[in-house]
This record gives sequence, C-alpha cells and structure tokens, in this order.
Amino acid sequence: MNLRLLPALLGLALLAGSAAAQEVIKIGEFASLTGGNASFGQESHKGTQLAIDELNAAGGVLGRKLQLITEDDQSAAGQAATAVQKLIAQDKVVALLGEVASSKSLEGAPIAQRNKIPMISPASTNPKVTETGDYIFRVCFIDPFQGTVMAKFALSKGWKKIALLTDVKQDYSVGLAEFFVKYFTANGGTIVRDQKYSSGDKDFRAQLTSVKAASPDAVFLPGYYGEVALIGKQARLLGLTAPFLGGDGWVGESLLPVAAGSLDGSFFSAHFSPDDTRPAVQDFVRRFRAKYKSEPDDMAALGYDSAMILADAIKRAGGTDSAKLRDAIAATKNHPGLTGVITLDAQRNAAKSAVILTIRNGAYKFQESVAP
Amino acid sequence: MKRPGPNLVFLFVLAGLAVLAPVAGWLGPYALDILVGIAINLILAVSLNLINGYTGQFSLGHAGFMAVGAYASAWLTLQAGTPSGVNGLVVFASALLAGSLCAGLVGLAVGVPSLRLRGDYLAIVTLGFNEIIKGAVQNAEPLGAQRGLTGIGQYTGFFSAFAGAALAILVVHNLVQSTYGRGFLATHNDEIAAESSGLDTTRYKIVAFATGAFFAGLAGGLYAHFKQFIHPEAFGFMRSMDIVVMVILGGMGSMVGVCCAAVLLTVLPELLRALANLESLPPAIRDFVSNRMILYSVLLIILMITRPQGLLNFSSRRAQASR
Repeated sequence: MNLRLLPALLGLALLAGSAAAQEVIKIGEFASLTGGNASFGQESHKGTQLAIDELNAAGGVLGRKLQLITEDDQSAAGQAATAVQKLIAQDKVVALLGEVASSKSLEGAPIAQRNKIPMISPASTNPKVTETGDYIFRVCFIDPFQGTVMAKFALSKGWKKIALLTDVKQDYSVGLAEFFVKYFTANGGTIVRDQKYSSGDKDFRAQLTSVKAASPDAVFLPGYYGEVALIGKQARLLGLTAPFLGGDGWVGESLLPVAAGSLDGSFFSAHFSPDDTRPAVQDFVRRFRAKYKSEPDDMAALGYDSAMILADAIKRAGGTDSAKLRDAIAATKNHPGLTGVITLDAQRNAAKSAVILTIRNGAYKFQESVAP
Repeated sequence: MKRPGPNLVFLFVLAGLAVLAPVAGWLGPYALDILVGIAINLILAVSLNLINGYTGQFSLGHAGFMAVGAYASAWLTLQAGTPSGVNGLVVFASALLAGSLCAGLVGLAVGVPSLRLRGDYLAIVTLGFNEIIKGAVQNAEPLGAQRGLTGIGQYTGFFSAFAGAALAILVVHNLVQSTYGRGFLATHNDEIAAESSGLDTTRYKIVAFATGAFFAGLAGGLYAHFKQFIHPEAFGFMRSMDIVVMVILGGMGSMVGVCCAAVLLTVLPELLRALANLESLPPAIRDFVSNRMILYSVLLIILMITRPQGLLNFSSRRAQASR
C-alpha cells in the first residue's frame, strides 16, 4: 500500500468517524447478561437489539442512527447503579432502557431521575419503580392489573364461585389476589374459599381438600411455577377437577414437565404470546427467529416494545432534549406494541391489554387478549 | 528519623481526603461510584481480615453484618426524614454509628455461642447466620421486605467513605500491633499453645468478631446511603464470598495485600468493561472481553495458582522457607 496515502486515509476515517459520532443517538441499556437473572436479561437484550437494528436499517430516527450501549450488571446488587452511572456520565446516553428485575430498576431509577435522563423499564412490575420520579416509565403492566384481568376473564366464562390459593410469602401473589377479589366480588362473584401456602411448600393436600369441599367453578392460583406445578398435580390426585387461573408467574421451564398434563384446561395471564395471530406479532416472531434461531418470549417482546416507544418519542420530541423527550414519552398513546396497544398513564405505567394463555396437551396456547 | 505513628498518619490521611474530595467530584459520578465502591470494599476486606486473617477463624457471614448496618442506619435516617445540611450530617453520622453498633452487638450475640466451634463448623454457623439475617429482612414489612428499601438519602460521599476506610485500617492496624493484639496472632498460630500460656483465646475471637462486625456494619451504612436502595439479595452468600476472596487473594493477615486485593477486585470488572467498549480494538477481542465475568474468574484462578500465599504476602513464603 502506498504509505503516503495512509495519513490522508486516516484523516478521512477520523473525519467520517467524528461526523457519524455527531449524528448518532446514544441509548443506554442495563441488563443482567450474566448471573442469576441472565435468561431474562439476555432475552430482553435480544428484543431491544432487534428493534434498534431494524430502526437503523430503516434509516434511523430523525435521520440519525441509533447506537445501543449495553452494560451488564451481573444480576448483582449494587452493580446496576454502577452501570447506570457509567452510561450517563461516560457515554452521555440520552435515555435508558432497563432493567427486567425490579430490584435492579430501583437501583438505576434514582440516578436516572437525578440526572433527568428518561428511563423505560421493559419488565419491572414492582409499583415502586415508576414512583421514583417523573423520568421513570415502564411498558409492562403492574402486578395488580393481572388480578383484575383474570377476574374479568373468570366472569366472562360465567364462573361465579372462585376459591383462592395464594402464596403468602410473595407480594406478587398477595397483590394479584387482592385486586382479583376487589373486581370479582364487585361484579357479582363470590369467593368460596381462601387458602394460603408459602413458597417452598411441597405438600398442598390440606388446602386442596378444603378447596374441593367448597366445589368452586375455578381456583385462582397466582403463584410461581414451582409450586403451581405441584399444586396442579396434587389437585388432580385428590379429584379436584376445577380449572386453575393464574398470572405470569406460571411461566417457567419446569411448569409443564412437572405438572405432567394436570394443568390442562387452566388459564393464566401473560405479557405476550408467540401464537398471537396479529400480523405484527407473527412478523416479529419470524424476524426474531431469523436473527437468533430461537423463539421470542415475553422479555424479548417487552424489550422490543420499550425500544420502539423510545424511538417513537424521540421522533415526536424532534430531538433528544431531556425534558422534551420525557414529555414525549409521557404522551405515548395507543402505541401498537407487540405486547398490546400501549398508553402510558399519569403514573407512567402502561395501560394495555393482557394476553390469556391456556394449557392444552401439555403446551401453551393463545386464548384471547383482554383489554384493561 | 522516627516514622510517624499510625494515629498521626490517620490525621494526615483525613486532611488529604478533605483536600481530595472536590477533585473526586470533578472526576464525575461514574468514577465516584467506583471510588466509593473501593472504599466500602476496603472496610469490608480489612475488617474480615481481622477475623479470618489475623485471628485465623473462618467467617462466611460478613455480608450479614453488613446487612444489619445497612438496614439499621437506613431505617434511622428515613425515620429522621432525611434532612439536608448540617442536620443531615448529624443524622447521617449518628445513624452510621448506631448501625455499626447494632452490627457489632449482633456480632457479639452470634460470636459468644458459636466461637467455641472451629474451622469448617464456624464457617457453616456464620453462613447460616447470614441466611437468617437475609430471611428476616425479606419478611420484615417496615424494611421493605422482598421489595427492598427505597428512598434512602444520598449522604455518603468520597470523604465519608474513605474516612471510614481509613478508620477501619487504623483500628485494625492498632489493634493487631498492640501488645494486647498479639493475642490475635497467637490464637491464629497455635490455639493450644496460646491457651496454655494463659491467653483467653475465646475472648480474643469474640473481640475480633465483634470489631469485624462493627466495621462491616459501617460499610453497610455507607453502602445504603450511597446507592439509595437496598435489597436483601445485596447481602447474600455471594457478597460474603466476594469479601472472603479479597482476603484470601490479598493474603490472610496481610494488611497491604488485602487492601490491594480489595482495590483490584473492585476496579477489575470496570476495567474489563472499559476494554470491551474500546472502539479501537478489533471486534473479535471486544467480543471476547465482553464476556468479562468469565475473564474475571479466569484471572482469579490464575492469581490463586501463581500466588497462593496472597498477592503481596512475601513474609509467609520466607517463613515457609525457614521452616
């Protein structure tokens, strides 16, 4: 190579580099890419990255390319705060996407709020996350909402007598049950039994015998997949045939194998289903498969939605000025997301539809979507 | 010339820190986050070194004491309404002290019955204690239970964090170097010989344990008022393990080594993060470095193989050679 040309080329490259750097919009993402919550973090990252890649392929936002800077917080407490500090102070990102786990979002949120950097959490359901301040948003529904959705669903099925089985150790479970009861009893339903268990229990026969004696139309079981699978199995052994209803805590790899068919005919609410027949969802599933050779899950879809809502807000704000961008995100209305039509309410939470899934022949099947 | 005593050095360090504090602010919040992380880990490692290194016990529950200090002090400042200005400083300082004392008392309560045990057994008891603390917090509604405690005021800064670290180093150093403190080393080196020469080894162990717990509580309080959010998961077994790694890597009973290890292990993940972001590196190398937690672990293994006696612990090799 001609050596005399080298400095000129280098100069050109630098020039091009600086021009691109001026135009690029930096978006920070903090996620648990390693550690205990890595499966959640990696899935949401895949969805987010896909959204950014697609936006860039379509020419970017406002004619500027987007750059996603992703930092890992190792699923370790304290690390999310460091990652967010780095993204804001060093990378000068204009907005933040993250985290899936509420405990990590709660670490990042005060820092984002202090620096007036808008932050959108894809999947933190703890109500406190957005209570941190007016720069913090989320695109998932919060726990209480699922309780209301399932109560609506039970009533639409004509089920008037419901038994409750709640996990007293989990706020999640108690919260869902509380809002289920509120809506259900206000609209003509009755709770015929109220039984409790604790995370980690293995034997539920005492509670299930009591539930069976009340002969309910269905049992509301807002627990996590580990106990839910065991409860389903033991219920069928005791001859309790009523269907179970639950929330997104049911989704877990071990649910179907452990339940071994005992939960067939049960229903639970979720954020997203790859079986959803809407063309936008089917299209996303195809593109996701093509890029990652795997099925997208809730987290991937929520990650995708969070990035798309941010991009849409940047477009409407006409730039990346933090106050204008915040207002634009807050004004998000009827955004056609993969996880439902999303409107951000005054508390900066997403009001949107939920998906109801059923279990048939040992597999999840899309049932219907329920509007808020 | 006579070397200045540790107390004088401590005062100089404090004055130096006061001068440096504005500089730290100028470095920006990310650097400050790392620096305060270093200070907190220094306190944790140095205080655990008193128990595991100098006194030769094996505690796996240091994060439990940290949790006591963090939750106690955070609860206190929240009760006081997180005032600002001079009132805030007074509230913060008293909350820190109260949190550390709580942790020290808990250390005493755990230490008295369990320090009759040795080695592996003590490790298991302290591990169990750590889980009990975590479990208790997870079920305590006023402390936010499983949701974590939010809204804690940000009081910890560069000065308070490093002043805490300097204090921990001073106290542990003075304790161990004092005539009284020789008992810790004696307990470590040969418990039976120490006892037959009239030393109350159980008492030494308990003093080490309570002092260590006190400083772990201080670190917890500083942590809570820096990150502004604490969660039970922050004080689990893995956190305790991190501190144990710092002590072992630094060389049990080597003050300088343990301090270096605490700094190194705090900075290393961030250095790897910076390396993965360096745009002038070829993408292949960046991809490799972006698996930084694997790389971090590999570095730990290499360090342990090449320097099993600790990072800076040269004396013990000499001691081994002379044996």
